[in-house]
Amino acid sequence: MKILVGVKRVIDYNVQVKVRSDNTDVDLSNTKMAMNPFCEIAVEEAIRCKEKGIATEVVAVSIGPKGAQEQLRTALALGVDRAIHGQSEEQVDSLDVARVMAGIVEEEQPGLVILGKQAIDSDNNQTGQMLAALTGMGQGTFASELAVEGEQVTVTREVDGGHETLALRLPAVITTDLRLNEPRHARLPDIMKAKKKPIDTRKLEELGIERASYLTLMRVETPAQRQGGVKVDSVSELVNKLKNEAKVIS
Amino acid sequence: MPSYQAPLRDFRFVMDEVLDYPRHYAQLPQAEEVTPDVVSAILEEGARFTREVLLPLNRTGDEQGCRLEGGEVLTPSGFKEAYAQYVEGGWPSLSGDTAYHGQGLPTSLGMMLSEMVCSSNLAWGMYPGLSQGAADALRHHGSDGQKAQYLTKLNDGTWTGSMCLTEPQCGTDLGLIKTRARPDEAGGYLITGTKIFISAGEHDLAENIVHLVLAKLPDAPEGTKGISLFVVPKYLPDAEGEAGERNAVSCGALEHKMGIHGNATCVMNFDGARGYLVGEPHKGLACMFTMMNVARIGVGIQGLGLMEVSFQNALAYARDRLQMRALSGAQEADKPADPIISHPDVRRMLLTQKALAEGGRMLVLHAAQLADRVECVTSDAEREAAETELGLLTPIVKAFLTEVGFEATNEGVQVFGGHGYIREWGMEQYVRDARITRLYEGTTGIQALDLLGRKVLMSQGEALKPFTKQIHKFCQAHEGDAAMAEFVTPLAKLNAEWGEITMAVGMKAMQDREEVGAASVDYLMYSGYVTLAFFWARAAQAAHQALAGNPDDAAFYRAKLDTARFYYQRLLPRTRAHAEMIRAGGESLMAMQAEDFGHGFAI
Ligand SMILES: Cc1cc2nc3c(=O)[nH]c(=O)nc-3n(C[C@H](O)[C@H](O)[C@H](O)COP(=O)(O)OP(=O)(O)OC[C@H]3O[C@@H](n4cnc5c(N)ncnc54)[C@H](O)[C@@H]3O)c2cc1C
Ligand SMILES: Cc1cc2nc3c(=O)[nH]c(=O)nc-3n(C[C@H](O)[C@H](O)[C@H](O)COP(=O)(O)OP(=O)(O)OC[C@H]3O[C@@H](n4cnc5c(N)ncnc54)[C@H](O)[C@@H]3O)c2cc1C
Repeated sequence: MKILVGVKRVIDYNVQVKVRSDNTDVDLSNTKMAMNPFCEIAVEEAIRCKEKGIATEVVAVSIGPKGAQEQLRTALALGVDRAIHGQSEEQVDSLDVARVMAGIVEEEQPGLVILGKQAIDSDNNQTGQMLAALTGMGQGTFASELAVEGEQVTVTREVDGGHETLALRLPAVITTDLRLNEPRHARLPDIMKAKKKPIDTRKLEELGIERASYLTLMRVETPAQRQGGVKVDSVSELVNKLKNEAKVIS
Repeated sequence: MPSYQAPLRDFRFVMDEVLDYPRHYAQLPQAEEVTPDVVSAILEEGARFTREVLLPLNRTGDEQGCRLEGGEVLTPSGFKEAYAQYVEGGWPSLSGDTAYHGQGLPTSLGMMLSEMVCSSNLAWGMYPGLSQGAADALRHHGSDGQKAQYLTKLNDGTWTGSMCLTEPQCGTDLGLIKTRARPDEAGGYLITGTKIFISAGEHDLAENIVHLVLAKLPDAPEGTKGISLFVVPKYLPDAEGEAGERNAVSCGALEHKMGIHGNATCVMNFDGARGYLVGEPHKGLACMFTMMNVARIGVGIQGLGLMEVSFQNALAYARDRLQMRALSGAQEADKPADPIISHPDVRRMLLTQKALAEGGRMLVLHAAQLADRVECVTSDAEREAAETELGLLTPIVKAFLTEVGFEATNEGVQVFGGHGYIREWGMEQYVRDARITRLYEGTTGIQALDLLGRKVLMSQGEALKPFTKQIHKFCQAHEGDAAMAEFVTPLAKLNAEWGEITMAVGMKAMQDREEVGAASVDYLMYSGYVTLAFFWARAAQAAHQALAGNPDDAAFYRAKLDTARFYYQRLLPRTRAHAEMIRAGGESLMAMQAEDFGHGFAI
């Protein structure tokens, strides 16, 4: 079985996000970029499937700017076999990504597609779901546990009330939650070997996709400074403030 | 707890824009491996490893220290697991010889990673650091059999190394060594004696420890010409080459010390321990010296790493801490006071740290290129040139960067005010950890004698000339450049003065050898400041060039220029004091009789 994993290049979670002075976007000049942490979990899970003999090949896909090849190289160093890069220097929306992915799924015929449940830059939480809809595959989102048996995958999902376990027929789309696994670090010899693994770079047009931006980014602002708290003297004062100042109860 | 982000952007600046690493790497035999994308992937992963695995163990390692229980040394919690991860990641073998399980990457790349390790956890970093030293000694001087047996194990990290030089009666003067080596029937030697202050001499991180020990053979001549080098494993290799029978070497005690608590500093007892001669009899000190350059640069990097991490944390604190209003009026009127980064004196401290750390990084990465060239260049003339320059710069890297490293980490405490003195902020640990770097691998005083006495004066100034010529050429090339005048004019003057001072000391020394020792440390510091000025001028030039192209990150380059200006205007004047003190000579130092020093108190 072949596994396809999504890898998104995002701002490193360790760096402080700055907004451009004209408020048009986040300022990414001179900012450290990294693999989306949920994608790291997806890559880790796919590699584990390969190590367990469940998968025979793991292919990483990234849709994004030229720099995304750095993250694909990281995926290759971690144990992915080859990579496909859908190159686009312009902003791509979730639906664009899902459509490109759907095209690649058609071409590659994977048994599983593992994506992060969301990317930490846009926090959309929809690409996996869209891909499932476009391809007609079943979806197991927010996976915290995953087991493949024969033609079926069992997925434990983290939902509000607790855990939900689903059985899906393969091929299926899985999106990863934080607790699915703990991603490994790349080994030095593997970083060196990753250089020799292939990355197939194609323009979006070559993948038969025209960008169809449905969204326009209007404005980005830094969150308002938090105001200091106040001490209240009594429960009735608290209730009063919640009602009349914060207006969170009525 | 302090945080740390590897300064990857600054590495890129220094490598790509100041020192042309892409071209340097393209000329090495490993050119195919060390393409810019692979180098950056390695640095990124190293940055991640140090931040995620090593940094969280730094404070706890300091608090817990090492323990000796029943002859076994237990390292602080987490050290062993982190080391296992380091080995699993293949990091110990980075610059090791591919014939012996190494990855064969350039020495320079190992030095860059080493800076990150030192920033995140110096005490931990010394365990693999000592292995590196032992591996270097064996690589250069070991027999093929010794390399096959020990080098492979050191490179893959399953065994670690130690360097056993110091004894109670001798540290600087190794001619006084008492440890003896007696030939045994089996063609090996039995080693007997006590070594002290042995870093990583005993611990629980690895299966076996390979000690490299200096000792004297029965027929040894007196002094430094009678010292031989031996490899003495904690467990003797069995028929399969794995750790077998226990050797008669043991840790008698651990030192309680000022800093690097997580690293075991051991008294090592050799009680007729089996050892094997490395290199030729009586040539042990020479063997040690071939690897000394790299090890000494390694200690300079420790100073650099500590400056960087102290700076990063002081900066974050200074942006956050509100105290007093700026002298010219409120900067942030909506707050109860201004952030202390508004105050000139706090800026002085932060910029001192920044200028020394970033300047130190350029110096180290330049020395690292020379180290690569010494290893790889095939023409004799080129290798000799690289060797001479590396020989000149090594004591500067070692002693200057650790002296200013101590100063800079102290400024880090100062920026934190009283909180800097309190343990849980982590800033005072950097000062304590930095303190040892001025001592081991040859004290500052000894490095200064090496620079002025052995390197510069012994060569009649020839060792210095190629370097001052480089500076001269740089100044000439930018002579008419108005934008560079603020750097090039003072640099050219200092460069000329460096030569004059050297001549003057040389003349005095011909009358009285003590003049060398009297001038040495000031000479070293003077040389350090001028050397860093050269690199800051180059950084300024690279920044001007980049700014001309209207880059996205213009702020980065403007900050480089500002820091270069600070260095020239606020740190470089220190050369005036050093020059004056050098010129004053040794008379006032030597006038007093040793017995007259203590008249103010009665013993
Ligand atoms: C934490 C720690 C770890 C260490 N790790 C190791 C290790 O792994 N292996 C190892 O072999 N050793 C190790 N050492 C020993 C270290 O290298 C020595 O302490 C150092 O070389 C100084 O020697 P010493 O302590 O005997 O001082 P001394 O040699 O007694 O020097 C005392 C002072 O006199 C000065 N001095 C001495 N001779 C001269 C001279 N001719 N001219 C001018 N000044 C002079 C020195 O600069 C110094 O200031 C370690 C030490 C410590 C504290
Ligand atoms: C061990 C210890 C014992 C102590 N004992 C006592 C005690 O008995 N009683 C007591 O009341 N206090 C005591 N203190 C507190 C001590 O006096 C303060 O820590 C000290 O005054 C510095 O204040 P701070 O720590 O708030 O630093 P901050 O005021 O925050 O200063 C931080 C840094 O900013 C600089 N800075 C601040 N404002 C300016 C400015 N306007 N211009 C230039 N630079 C500026 C400072 O010089 C410092 O480098 C003690 C502290 C310690 C660590």
